[in-house]
Order: sequence, then C-alpha cells, then structure tokens
Amino acid sequence: MTTLNTWLMDPNPKSRLQSRAAQTWLTWLRFRRNPLAMIGLIISLALIFMSIFAPLLAPYDPITQSLADRLQPPLTPGHWMGTDDFGRDIWSRILFGSRITLYIVLLVILTAPIVGLIIGTVAGYFGGWVDAVLMRITDIFLAFPKLILALALVAVLGPGMVNAVLAIALTSWPPYARVARAETLTVRNSDYIAATRLQGASATRLIWGHIMPMCLPSVIIRVTLDMAGVILTAAGLGFLGLGVQPPLPEWGLMISAGRKFLFEQWWVATMPGLAIFIVSLGFNLLGDGLRDVLDPRSAGK
Amino acid sequence: MALIEIENLSVTFHTSGRHVRAVENVSLKVEAQQSFGLVGESGSGKSTILRAICGMAPITGGQIRIDGKPLPTPRGPNFAKQVQMVFQDPYASLHPRHTIDRVLSEPLAIHGQTGSDAKIEQALIDVGLPPAFRFRYPHQLSGGQRQRVAIARALMLRPQILLLDEPTSALDASVQAETLNLLSRLRTERGLTFLMVSHDLAVIDHMCDRILVMQHGRAVEELSREALATAAMTTPYARALFTASADRMLEG
Repeated sequence: MTTLNTWLMDPNPKSRLQSRAAQTWLTWLRFRRNPLAMIGLIISLALIFMSIFAPLLAPYDPITQSLADRLQPPLTPGHWMGTDDFGRDIWSRILFGSRITLYIVLLVILTAPIVGLIIGTVAGYFGGWVDAVLMRITDIFLAFPKLILALALVAVLGPGMVNAVLAIALTSWPPYARVARAETLTVRNSDYIAATRLQGASATRLIWGHIMPMCLPSVIIRVTLDMAGVILTAAGLGFLGLGVQPPLPEWGLMISAGRKFLFEQWWVATMPGLAIFIVSLGFNLLGDGLRDVLDPRSAGK
Repeated sequence: MALIEIENLSVTFHTSGRHVRAVENVSLKVEAQQSFGLVGESGSGKSTILRAICGMAPITGGQIRIDGKPLPTPRGPNFAKQVQMVFQDPYASLHPRHTIDRVLSEPLAIHGQTGSDAKIEQALIDVGLPPAFRFRYPHQLSGGQRQRVAIARALMLRPQILLLDEPTSALDASVQAETLNLLSRLRTERGLTFLMVSHDLAVIDHMCDRILVMQHGRAVEELSREALATAAMTTPYARALFTASADRMLEG
C-alpha cells in the first residue's frame, strides 16, 4: 500500500501511465472529501451491484404469477415489499427492473453524449456556415419537448425497449452539443491551440486531441445530471405503455400498473417510485460531486 | 537577401461593422541569424505583425516573404518547420491536460518524425530543465519552467526563425533574465533568427541587433543597437520611449 502510494505521489512520474494514474488518484482524493457525492457514488454502485446479482438476490421469479398471494401488504413474511396484483414479489421485480434501468441508461449515455460532443466541437471549431447548419439542426431538436418527441418517435418505430432507448438518445443529444460548442468557443482561440496549429496540426487532431479533452468534463457532469432525467423519461414511456412491454419488470411500468389501486394498495406504485427516486437522487449527487472535481476552472490549482 | 521581408504590410480587423486598422504599411527586413526587435506601447500593432506572419491575422495589403518566397495561405507543413512562435503567457500556451511529454512529442508526431524519446529528453536538457520533468503536467511547473517548455516546443522541429511575442513579460524579474539568457544562448548555438516583440526597451536592448519603433500601427523609426546605445534617435516618440526606460537600461 505504501509503495503504491509513493508511486502515485511521485513528483517526477516515470511514464505516461504513472502521471495519469497520479492525476486520477488526486481527483479521487478530492472527490472523497465530499460526503454527498460519496452517497451518490454508493447509490450508483449499489444499482450496478443489484443488477449484476439480481438472480442471486431476488427471492422469487419476477414474472411468474401467483394469484393466491396477490396484493399482499409490505412486511408480509416472505414479501417484505409486498406483492402486486398478479401476486409477484415487488422486491424481486425491483431487483430485475434495475437491470432494465441500467441497460437503458448505459445505452443512452454511450450514444447521445458522443454524438453531441462531436457535433458541438465540430460546430464550435469551424464556425461559419458549418456552425450555423449544425446548430440550427440542434435548435430544431431542442424546440420540441423531449417526452413529446420521444413519444412521436416510439409511435412511429413501435413500442419496445430498444426503440425507447433510440427515442431517448435522439432527443437528448442537443444539450450536449450546446455544452460542447460553448466549451469549444472558449478554448479555440487560446494560445495552446494556436501553438499546435502553428506546428501544422490538422483540424481532426486539434478537435480530437486538444479540444475534446477540454469539453469532456462538462459533458460528463451533464451526463450524470441527466441520468436521472433518462430514467424518468424511460419510466414515463413505460408508464404510457410505449416503452418496455409487460410482463417485464420495468419501474415506470410497475407504477402504471399500481395506479389503479393507489389508494387501497399504495405499495404497488410506491415501491418502484421510491426506487426511481433513490436512483435519480444518487445520480444527481454523483453529478454534483463530479462537477466539483472535474470542472476545468477549479481543477489543477 | 534578407530571410524575412515584410513589404507594406497592412492588417485590418472587421468586427461588427467596425474596421480596425491594426497595422498600416509597415515594412521591415530581418537578415539571417539577426535578432530584430519590435517596440511600442500596447495596441501599436507589434504582436499583430507576428500573428500575420503565422496566418492568424487578416492581411489586407502588402506581402510577407520568407527566404525570398511569398508565404502560402494556409501556411502548410513546411512553414511549421521553418517558423515557430513563443507566446507571451506561459500559463495560456500549454494545454492544461497534456503532460510535457505530450506537448513536446506532438510536433514530432504531426510531421511523422521518429526517435521522439531521445529528442524529448535532449530538448528538455537544452532548455535547462531536468529530464525528470518529462511526465509532469503544466500546473506542476512554475511560470519560468513553463516558458522553457514553450521554448523547447517551438524548437522541436528545428526551425530557422523564432517569433517571440513578449516572451518574458509574464515572468518576474529574475526569471526574465534567465529566460532571455537562455534565448540568446540558443540563438548562438543554433544560428536562429529572432523577430521579437516587446514593450520594454531594456529587454529589446539586451536581445536585439536592430529595432523598429511602432506607434498606432505605423512604423516610427528603425534603429540599430548602436543608435539606441548612443541615444541617437531622431523622432520625438522614439526618444520619449527611450527616456521612459533609460534608467532601467543603464542598470542592465
């Protein structure tokens, strides 16, 4: 442990790997000082843990119905979160639902921010008509309310998990393009970009190697803050019956199913609602913490 | 034939309907291995001349020739191997997220040159930095050390001409002298040609063989170092500039 620590804290790193590891370590040390961010990180890790080990953690199958046990209240022996109207254990369904939630979130954050980052940096770097065309396209997408556009896309493509992801990704890239463009505009006239251009660097090299690393922190922060929104949109689509289809245990779908008897059997809708609430809160806290450590204006001082 | 020839150069910036004539009809010639200084107050257009040479300012009139050949637009890879620039602020001219290693290896990678490990270590030694600094980030260096890295970067492609845009004005006095001595040493070792901008006559006097005094985008007077030493300037503006910094020059 001490050898690893001296290796990380070495003021004169011997290799690229070592200097990068040292920077990551310093970022982690700063992140660790923020208790709220740590709570966010723990919640996010718990979600990942739950979805990986769902089959081991869940006491029941999430889909098999058992009408004899329907609408059991919470704290019933064997069903500590109660059961829904088909007698399925809500805790097991929430565990398996975390897989769907995580799958949707991962697919969206692997597509939308990357598209947004490329469009934003290219528009910001070249300026002129490239900027005008790309940003007007962005404006068109931004002009629609997100959920309405996603609804329209799902209506055209047909309901289902993959189409829901596609719809969410297609509606959520414009803010990233905006953020990346704004960040590019502040960087592109700086001396270090001018110096590299003077050495004959191509536009691709400048955008990829010099401008994107400067935009990345703000995009990452935006992504973590948006993850809650993605979960809510996915849940909203599920609630409206346009996302994941029954009998899959998607959280939004579970709330929608529980709506019919919210007053008599409140737990059916409340438990998945709590799950959405906790996970959204976790991602938001994580995003806030990342903003404090990754913001280029506060880093490196 | 002079290495750098600038003939009747004019630079006009167009911003929101206004025309700012930053440089008007300035001509100068720099011989190979000479050190030429541009002096003037802020806004006199001296930095704009350097930027115009690099293609970073809109040239609206006149011509710039390097080695007798007019410069192509865009400047192209051969220009990069011939002319490099050191910027004023070492805190702004190094990428905050790139290690020194990355900063110095980038020009070699762009031009497909090999043997970067040895070249980077040598470049660090040449500018008086320990090779152990190679994998540090800019924020782990002081201002003077950063400027040394910027000088090393400018010299990676072994250019003949170095454009210096107030290379020491962002540094404190003791570091200024060290950096100027480093630049003088590198110039004699490598036979470099300097075109240097400064508002400080003391710095120019220390570094340059010939001086062009500028005001409001126009050339006021061209002086040799001897003329400066004997205070033999003919225009009142050059004299005023000289008197303002004379006491500091005598110390140096």
